[in-house]
Amino acid sequence: MVENKPWLTALAHLTLIVGVAIVVFPVWIAFVASTRTGSELITGVVPLTPGPHLIENYSRVLGEGLSTGGMPPIGGMMFNSLVMALVIAGGKIAISLLSAFAIVYFRFPLRLVAFWMIFLTLMLPVEVRIVPTFQVIADLGMLNSYTGLTVPLIASATATFLFRQVFMTIPDELAEAARVDGAGPMKFFRDILIPLSRTNMAALFVILFIYGWNQYLWPLLVTTDAGYYTVVMGIQRMVQAGDDEPIWEMIMATTILAMLPPVIVVLLMQKLFVKGLVETEK
Amino acid sequence: MAKVELQQVRKVYPGGLEAVKGVSLAVPDGAFCVLVGPSGCGKSTLLRMVAGLEMITEGEIRIGDLRVNEREPAERDIAMVFQNYALYPHMSVYDNMAYGLRNRGTPRAEVDRRVREVAKILEIADYLDRKPRALSGGQRQRVAMGRAIVRQPKAFLFDEPLSNLDAKLRVSMRVEIRKLQRDFATTSLYVTHDQLEAMTLADMLVVMNAGQVEQIGPPLDVYQKPATTFVAAFIGAPPMNLLALRPAEAASLLAGAPLPIPAEGAILGVRPEHMVLNPAGTGPAPGLRLEIGVVAAELVGSESFVYGRTDRGAEIIVRVPGHDVPAPGARAVATAAREHLHLFSHDGSHRLVE
Repeated sequence: MVENKPWLTALAHLTLIVGVAIVVFPVWIAFVASTRTGSELITGVVPLTPGPHLIENYSRVLGEGLSTGGMPPIGGMMFNSLVMALVIAGGKIAISLLSAFAIVYFRFPLRLVAFWMIFLTLMLPVEVRIVPTFQVIADLGMLNSYTGLTVPLIASATATFLFRQVFMTIPDELAEAARVDGAGPMKFFRDILIPLSRTNMAALFVILFIYGWNQYLWPLLVTTDAGYYTVVMGIQRMVQAGDDEPIWEMIMATTILAMLPPVIVVLLMQKLFVKGLVETEK
Repeated sequence: MAKVELQQVRKVYPGGLEAVKGVSLAVPDGAFCVLVGPSGCGKSTLLRMVAGLEMITEGEIRIGDLRVNEREPAERDIAMVFQNYALYPHMSVYDNMAYGLRNRGTPRAEVDRRVREVAKILEIADYLDRKPRALSGGQRQRVAMGRAIVRQPKAFLFDEPLSNLDAKLRVSMRVEIRKLQRDFATTSLYVTHDQLEAMTLADMLVVMNAGQVEQIGPPLDVYQKPATTFVAAFIGAPPMNLLALRPAEAASLLAGAPLPIPAEGAILGVRPEHMVLNPAGTGPAPGLRLEIGVVAAELVGSESFVYGRTDRGAEIIVRVPGHDVPAPGARAVATAAREHLHLFSHDGSHRLVE
């Protein structure tokens, strides 16, 4: 596969550039829109270069919010999204680590049944079970709360399954050596299993953080109090605010800001993330 | 340091497989006991029962006068060296060695002193900060040994520790293990399927087959007086020649060396290194005399092994010094002196003559 022909290199670059352009173009348009005024945007001709209103638009989104649309400043929504994404990612990792540990290392009655029950929930994403889940959360009085936003999304068959596979690649002798060395089950878990699955945890964290951050339908259902809005559903509310024309420059500024945290997480954890996805050596 | 005693130890797996069928064994304090046998003979299971990694179905295991059946591995005061080393990959060599001590609440200064001391003895002091993956096979093996030694346990348990090393390293590590064990005088149980390793390491050799002990004794005794035909064939390379013998045939094969062959027959054993190859037509000699057709020859260098077949179809191996061997197809006479003949019962279960 390693060939050194100039035109092949050029072709490869061209393909990649076209691909990148296709992916990045909408983001660029959103950025351009967030630096213009509303009147410039509704003329029908979409400008392709940034305008002069960048600071003005962003400070308004961050500071005052949109009084006409009943929108609080975006800072609070970003905070809610952050709490939601972090709690979901952290909770999912913690719970699936423990359940995978139980399934792989302990022999208890109905162990296989438990495993298959977890596995079956893979087929039941939030959207499928949304009505009964909403009922339960409503009955428990958890609407408009961080608990209501996060708890129903925490259980994760995918992550449990992933950690199960990771643990199964760890040789049995390691567990036996730890037993001889006087490490009890939880000590083995903490001192050996967790450090060995660190890269997998990082990879999973990135994926789950983005999953949690991008949640749309569930926050839309369980929050009616503006204090608990998340930024992704907030964008949608801004589009539909009242009878007025949507204030596109504000919406786009919010969109750009909403994209930043996932981007930061990916950039910061990129190295670990890739390692966790490709590493096979234990 | 302590003696290790097994009394009628049995292991039956949930599926009904009986891996160990009542083994009794007493390893004296400080002795190096090697369990040897073909794969699946239950030797590893036995070792793992001593370690506490397998439940004991029946019988009793005592380490230093203390019944350990119900104790966790860590409470048995043993240390184990695994076949694939089982080093913790994310910990440095130092932490690998210190882990067991720390878990027992050994004071930090004491841990440090012991780890450095053992690292010095094993010549791994320069690698203490490295991760296991940055070490060679032999170095990993040393770390695994070090992890066992720092604990200063009552007994070392080795589960085929050298089988992942290349042949050359295996020999040097073998010598080293023997030396370390002598220096520390710690009771050791060592499992291997390699009879050479078993012969060279053991004070006390335990030959196992199908979950049972075939013979226990010093290596040389086992070699010189194998108790059963299984031991005779397993210990020594190439294996001992075994010939089924009827009373009627005894006179023609065993000139001038009357052996008491029972009516139901017997099995005659003679080691390849105790046989002499003579040219065809050689006359009678005191002892065993077999006419063979040469099938093949292996030239090892300093010596050669001639593979032959008797007229009755029994395969015979004869060691010949040097490399002057008859060509395949040639006829020859293989002889052995009376004192080198072993006689076993017809089913091979015991010796007939001392």
